[in-house]
Amino acid sequence: MSEHLPRPRPSGSTRLDGYVDRYAARTRGMTASEIRALFSVASRPEVVSLAGGMPNISGLPLDVVGDAVADLVHARGTVAMQYGSGQGDPRLREQICEVMRLEGIDAHPDDVVVTVGSQQAVDLVTRIFCDPGDVVICEAPSYVGALGVFKAYECDVVHVEMDEHGLVPQALRDAIATVEAAGRRIKFVYTIPNYHNPAGVSLSPQRRPEILEICREADVLVLEDNPYGLLGFDEEPYRALRADEADGVIYLGSFSKTFAPGFRVGWALAPHAVREKLVLAQESATLCPPSFSQLAVSAYLERHDWRGQVKQFRELYRERRDAMVEALDDMMPAAARWNVPTGGFYVWLTLPPGLDAKAMLPRAVTSRVAFVPGTAFFADGFGAQSMRLSYCYPTPERIREGVRRLVGVIEEELELRETFGTAVPLARGTGRGYDGPHTDLT
Amino acid sequence: MSATRVVVLAGGLSHERDVSLRSGRRVAEALRGIGVEVEERDVDAGLLATLRDDRPDCVLPLLHGESGEDGAVREVLELVDVPYLGSRPIACRSAFDKPVAKAVVARAGLHTPAGVALPHQTFRELGAAPVMAAILDSLGLPLVVKPTRGGSALGCTAVRDPAGLAGAMVSAFAYGDTALVERLVAGREVAVPVVDTGDGPRALPVVEIDPDGGVYDYAARYTAGSTRFEVPAKLSDDLAEECARVAVAAHRALGLRDLSRSDLIVDDAGTVWFLEVNVAPGMTETSTVPLSVAAAGLDLGGLVADLVRTAVDRPRPERS
Repeated sequence: MSEHLPRPRPSGSTRLDGYVDRYAARTRGMTASEIRALFSVASRPEVVSLAGGMPNISGLPLDVVGDAVADLVHARGTVAMQYGSGQGDPRLREQICEVMRLEGIDAHPDDVVVTVGSQQAVDLVTRIFCDPGDVVICEAPSYVGALGVFKAYECDVVHVEMDEHGLVPQALRDAIATVEAAGRRIKFVYTIPNYHNPAGVSLSPQRRPEILEICREADVLVLEDNPYGLLGFDEEPYRALRADEADGVIYLGSFSKTFAPGFRVGWALAPHAVREKLVLAQESATLCPPSFSQLAVSAYLERHDWRGQVKQFRELYRERRDAMVEALDDMMPAAARWNVPTGGFYVWLTLPPGLDAKAMLPRAVTSRVAFVPGTAFFADGFGAQSMRLSYCYPTPERIREGVRRLVGVIEEELELRETFGTAVPLARGTGRGYDGPHTDLT
Repeated sequence: MSATRVVVLAGGLSHERDVSLRSGRRVAEALRGIGVEVEERDVDAGLLATLRDDRPDCVLPLLHGESGEDGAVREVLELVDVPYLGSRPIACRSAFDKPVAKAVVARAGLHTPAGVALPHQTFRELGAAPVMAAILDSLGLPLVVKPTRGGSALGCTAVRDPAGLAGAMVSAFAYGDTALVERLVAGREVAVPVVDTGDGPRALPVVEIDPDGGVYDYAARYTAGSTRFEVPAKLSDDLAEECARVAVAAHRALGLRDLSRSDLIVDDAGTVWFLEVNVAPGMTETSTVPLSVAAAGLDLGGLVADLVRTAVDRPRPERS
């Protein structure tokens, strides 16, 4: 052996993961991803991140929250730090019913199950309804966190077209017919009717009865996910689908956007029999939702003008929406298209033909701006030409600067595509890896 | 050891920030495990003030990608006269730029695949189709296209069909303005760390890389279980020695110091091809250097501490 080589240990073969042959098949796609790695740079202050959907809670009255939490520990500490009911705190469930009343829902607290954010509610509903291979119908695009759950339970996602008025009824009819004709079982239609993540559109009031009727006729459940419903800028809250259909709709809500995501408190409102199953599933998953968080949220709702706080949030997000849309109007190439959301956090932007948002992300990170490529919001690889832009977190000035940088990136990319031809199929590049769910993507 | 307080620089703004953070954490833990006081620090506007006010005995720049591996941060460390582990800025610049590194090692007599580095602007000025045709005529297939500066296989694509070249170029240009197109050499992929703790550069055991999907891409590099590593590589003694010789020769030819990792291909004829060298090699849980260090019977913390001691004890460079 050469003098270059120290005496080695006996030859060894390793995969660096001794459990690799034991994982469930569903983990196969869970690999490192270049896209997720790039979001690590997006967390730096030099980068204008139009990627993450982090609620902007800078305006929260931390003194009120602090007092409420201190009083909670002082007065009810042994309850707050003890196990609780699997279904969730009874008083909080009453308050949740008051919140839902704003969207026309008349519910009984017995039918509410508190969950760890509405993300866990998606998980529990999927767990009790879906076997591997069952079909879930989703909008195109759909929420990356829900797609992650459906993938984990090995569901097949069928996407249905949306337009500026939300889910397209005829497209839903056609999709249901096609799936049923293939002998497949549809377990539910997952929809975000208000201020959609990522599409930024809302299901029009005119379409809501039609969507419910289609699902009723086809005997397909609706999973209505509504985290942004109270964050409309110019209008009264939309009437929830659940307000007009109690048996065929499971409704999911959250305090993450109307209060704070760190408490991780959401809920499901379900028909009684389904609620029973959800509680059992919740108990097997976590025993109970966190007592401390529930009581803290309950105290906040009790002691603070939370409706006034939501109004403040709406104004904050409206200002940022305006900044984003004005910047896009001023600077974006004419061939790009985007919507003007009337609430929520997101603009869905479609790039000029031939561009690929995912392939563009490294260049964007170099230029210190980040977005979420559209492919994250599809289970089937579509969405390459689109991206989600979040305006919820940066200041209006930073949003404008972010759009300016993004436009520079798009122009460079257009030049590159012009050089090599817009029909160039992209190389593997950023193709592999598990892109979601992730707090930078949600 | 004489150095009692070390700052590990990790993170930065490059595309490899996430990998760098993981490398930094791993090395910091290894050093803490043997009692070294370590601070993990990102590179930001407060760094120089911190280094000035609270001078560490040594800085470990574990920054991957630009500013870390191109020597820029090290240049600044020299400006403020803080000892650091690793190669000097000018050597980093040569090593980080793949075509420059290839030219240097070729002059030293090492084999490196034929290739050409071209900026995007050249394709724009001369037309992509004729330039790509010239590349294909000259180099043939298969090819590999990669950004000239960068690591972790980001923007790298193998091209086995002429129609795939344009897409591969576009992917590489997403990570930088200049792309290297080189002949793809089929063979066994190996990595060879080189360390110098004061008595000259020596190679550590050769690590052979066998990714499940056949491509050692980002996912294969950073997903435990996706790649099988043979440590030491299942090579004949002669071939292992040749890999070690090539890695040490590259380290010397490029004027590197302390630590490097050369990525090589051993083809079926037994020729060892130099692909690239890393002056801040990955130290993550799935990186090859820690595997090689362990296979050498060394402790990662102990080895890095030895390298730190070397860095602290050596004379500071004089600035002209």
